[in-house]
Amino acid sequence: MRREVVVTGIGAVTPLGVGARTLHERWRAGVSGIENGEGVASEFEPTDHLSVKEVRRADRFTQFAMVAGDEAVAEAGWDGELPYDPARIDVVIGTGIGGIGTLERGKEILMEQGARKVPPLSIPLMMSNAAPAALSMRYKLLGNSFGIVSACSAGAHGIGEAARKIAYGDADAVVTGGSEASLTPLARAAFAALDALSPSGVSRPFDARRDGFVMGEGAAILILEDAEKAAERGARVLAKVRGFGATSDAYHLTAPDKEGAGAAAAIRKALEDSGTEPQDIVYVNAHGTSTPLNDRAETKAIKAVLGEDTEIPVSSTKSAIGHLLGAAGAVEAVATILALRDRIAPPTLGYEEPEEGMDLDYVPGQARQLRVNGKPAIGLSNSFGFGGHNVVLCLEAT
Amino acid sequence: MAATVTPEAVEKTIIEALPQFGVEESDISRDATFEDLDVDSLDLAELSQIIEDEYGVQLKGDDVGRIKTVGDAIDMVVTRAG
Repeated sequence: MRREVVVTGIGAVTPLGVGARTLHERWRAGVSGIENGEGVASEFEPTDHLSVKEVRRADRFTQFAMVAGDEAVAEAGWDGELPYDPARIDVVIGTGIGGIGTLERGKEILMEQGARKVPPLSIPLMMSNAAPAALSMRYKLLGNSFGIVSACSAGAHGIGEAARKIAYGDADAVVTGGSEASLTPLARAAFAALDALSPSGVSRPFDARRDGFVMGEGAAILILEDAEKAAERGARVLAKVRGFGATSDAYHLTAPDKEGAGAAAAIRKALEDSGTEPQDIVYVNAHGTSTPLNDRAETKAIKAVLGEDTEIPVSSTKSAIGHLLGAAGAVEAVATILALRDRIAPPTLGYEEPEEGMDLDYVPGQARQLRVNGKPAIGLSNSFGFGGHNVVLCLEAT
Repeated sequence: MAATVTPEAVEKTIIEALPQFGVEESDISRDATFEDLDVDSLDLAELSQIIEDEYGVQLKGDDVGRIKTVGDAIDMVVTRAG
């Protein structure tokens, strides 16, 4: 018997500010967190939330995860005492490139000052499992903890795999999500060299003028619990994780399959996993990177599964915060949950000029009421990563 | 060029270094143990690097294991330098 999985706490640090509700309220109001072509988490001041020692012991990506984690844990009502046996609480956190800032600083010191000056904390700070390690220590969680690495689908992958652990009885709860802090000289230069970044510095997903993605940073952490156990302890439930679909393109290292076949297959799997039909979906939070290739292929994938003439609103959080890479899927899952709870489709900011063949309802201009017609508010959140990893989460607001 | 090693100079270096690991200045004394100051092996690895920079004295893994108090650290550096 597969167990139901619910979300009881959420937290986020994003270019729109600190806090999951801050992200939601500002995005729905049409505020952009992108300045000078980048989505910097500029309202995040580490020492406002963490001790000197905690800051020193953590790369920025881990700091984001700790602060988002504290918000999520507090909302779930876990900050006094853990509700379950700590050995049955897991931690699964995604990242694209982990502590790349620490790596770059260590390399600079190595080249300029020699091997004896390399900071001893370089490895424990840069390792891609540093965030799950920090959270398991912070909340004294003794279950299975590890990082998930799948580029820009890592955050969604974390949540999907976390949900599976509860569904199949391996854990009673999981602290999950994704984190990224790669606004660094090397990452910027490398993405630019790949021609992936927007030269205009504008994130306008699905618009005919889109010219690449805008880098962003941040994290989101979600507390997932076994629905029955959460109900027994009287937890407030924000959403259900209904389904998880993951596939591979097996096509190209960076480009998506032009027809969006892998993405479409992931959407189908998520629907099948959740026991829902295309007509049950009221909102799609798109991957929507603002790159020419992704947005076209994703449009094809959505139409292939939800129908050529589908009128379901599809919007991209990246229009407001840029691309948070390995954190994107988790931040967007949080944005999807809050949008569904408020029965609101937040807008794709900057979308003005349609491109031929791309005729979904991308929610231009401003947020719009979702038409639920008395049905449950069920939505999809798409995440696709370099390497051809496709992950789709099916979420239902409660 | 390594600085001259005197107990006073080493004490000053260590006392000035510890707050960056999150130690309260008012808690620091020769008798304070690193355990009480919440200074662990990772912090001591960084502290060793600072001492090596300043005085050219290397503290190896076994040495660090024998250091219990701030005074132990000062004495070990001074002895090694001598």
